Amino acid sequence: MEKTKPKAVENQAEPVISILGLHKSFGKLDVLKGIDLTVYKGENVAVLGKSGSGKSVLIKIIVGLLKPDLGSLTVLEKKVEKLTGKELDELRLRIGFSFQGSALYDSMSVFQNLAFPLTMNVKHLDKQKVKEAVEEALEAVGLKDKAEQMPAELSGGQRKRIGIARALILKPEIMLYDEPTAGLDPITSAEINELINEVQEKYNTSSIIITHDLTCAKNTCDRIVMLVEGKFLPSGKFDELFHTDNQQVKDFFSYNFIQ
Amino acid sequence: MIKDHTKKAVISERIDEYFLGVYGAYKFVLRFFKEVFVPPYHFRAIITQSYEIGIKSLALISVTGFIIGIVFTKQSRTSLEDFGAASWLPNLVGIAIIRALGPVLTALICAGKVGSSIGAELSSMKVTEQIEAMEVSAINPFKYLVVTRIVAATIMVPLLAMYCVFIGLIGSYINVHAAETTSFTVFFKDAFSSITFIDLFAATAKATVYGFTIGIIGCYKGFNATKGTHGVGKAANEAVVLAMFLVFLEEVIIVQVSNWVRNY
Ligand SMILES: Nc1ncnc2c1ncn2[C@@H]1O[C@H](COP(=O)(O)OP(=O)(O)OP(=O)(O)O)[C@@H](O)[C@H]1O
Ligand SMILES: [Mg+2]
Repeated sequence: MEKTKPKAVENQAEPVISILGLHKSFGKLDVLKGIDLTVYKGENVAVLGKSGSGKSVLIKIIVGLLKPDLGSLTVLEKKVEKLTGKELDELRLRIGFSFQGSALYDSMSVFQNLAFPLTMNVKHLDKQKVKEAVEEALEAVGLKDKAEQMPAELSGGQRKRIGIARALILKPEIMLYDEPTAGLDPITSAEINELINEVQEKYNTSSIIITHDLTCAKNTCDRIVMLVEGKFLPSGKFDELFHTDNQQVKDFFSYNFIQ
Repeated sequence: MIKDHTKKAVISERIDEYFLGVYGAYKFVLRFFKEVFVPPYHFRAIITQSYEIGIKSLALISVTGFIIGIVFTKQSRTSLEDFGAASWLPNLVGIAIIRALGPVLTALICAGKVGSSIGAELSSMKVTEQIEAMEVSAINPFKYLVVTRIVAATIMVPLLAMYCVFIGLIGSYINVHAAETTSFTVFFKDAFSSITFIDLFAATAKATVYGFTIGIIGCYKGFNATKGTHGVGKAANEAVVLAMFLVFLEEVIIVQVSNWVRNY
């Protein structure tokens, strides 16, 4: 299933995330060494890279969970480093974040997991509205029957999907997926890829999708960037990268057996 | 910075670590007081936590308080009888349980049960990124997880201490009644005969301080756990050890202060 829809970039859409010269290190370990990236409205961008290359660190910086050492970061026209706590919270409500390890609250049921961001952030919301929103989100990830279960009773793939549903519940303008298909079987992976595309089409969200999975990158993303040794290699569409002369890109692609 | 593995360097690193820890804890306490009075208050979460803390420790405190009451009375009797002062037994037991044993025993049990469970719960939330998940949902995890637990512990430990005192005195009464057939009212009148308002106040205040200590140490260790499942066990363990140590330290200080007030 190849993506055929028109590329958002070609529509001259406005940028929703712009990163310029971003650096981040932990002690002696330099993880990001000058990252530039622009994501446009309605666009899905895949970030590929080896394990430990700093992909998760990058998206944690975007939502302000980690502070960059250097560089500028503008998200939805806000300069993240200049925001006060309250402004940062307002920005975060417009961003959905699906964690690598799902990060479901394991003291709460699936329903409560999804309702939590809603009830804590939207004042005076009646129970019926919450229920509807939760059901809609569960429907979107195809797990409507799991509402009353505890996270511990779910499989890894189901947890991942609930994590995505929780990130979607506030109808974010930007979605950040951290390895949405890692460790899943091909069929479930394909379902998640479809879900990512649906979200993009339905709400016109922009997404950054971190992945090792080239099928996922190919089927969900308008553009692919590769993080190698703390820097991005030139970005491009899947086919462009697939037939590139760049040895580092070739190395990465040659380990994945897809045509 | 090149890491130096000589003995001196290791020692100085440990000392640095210690003072950084103390500074971190100090900042944590400050942050608690900064956030506890600012809305939103999360009353529901406070009630849930109070229930958890209270109910979880109730059985253990009942058993321990009761047995300590019986044993302490039984063991003290022989000494008092040597002086022909067995009738002073309720008075002695009252002082011992209300002033010292009740609050301290409760605090130690709670340090074990509550401190470790808070430490383990928060640290496992930390290492599985649940705390970060709250942050990205624009929910203040410090307020929702930490403040509620500390408030609940600060409220529940004194209540549990009062309960422990009561159960301890019942245990003691059963022993006294079996040996000397003292009536219930006489026993309690004797037990409280030397107890002043200052004693009751000091006991409650003391238990409140212990509750706060247990809550804040459990939360501090859990909230600052390092990555990995190893960090969970470590956080729970350190929370118990540090909370118990601080409870004893505070006991010594509070006894000095309340004695000073009493004699003033
Ligand atoms: N909070 C932190 N403190 C110290 N080092 C960290 C921290 N977070 C990440 N790192 C380090 O930064 C590097 C990049 O980590 P990151 O989690 O971004 O990798 P990743 O590209 O997401 O890898 P994976 O594909 O395995 O998830 C790693 O070497 C990691 O050890
Ligand atoms: Mg990662």
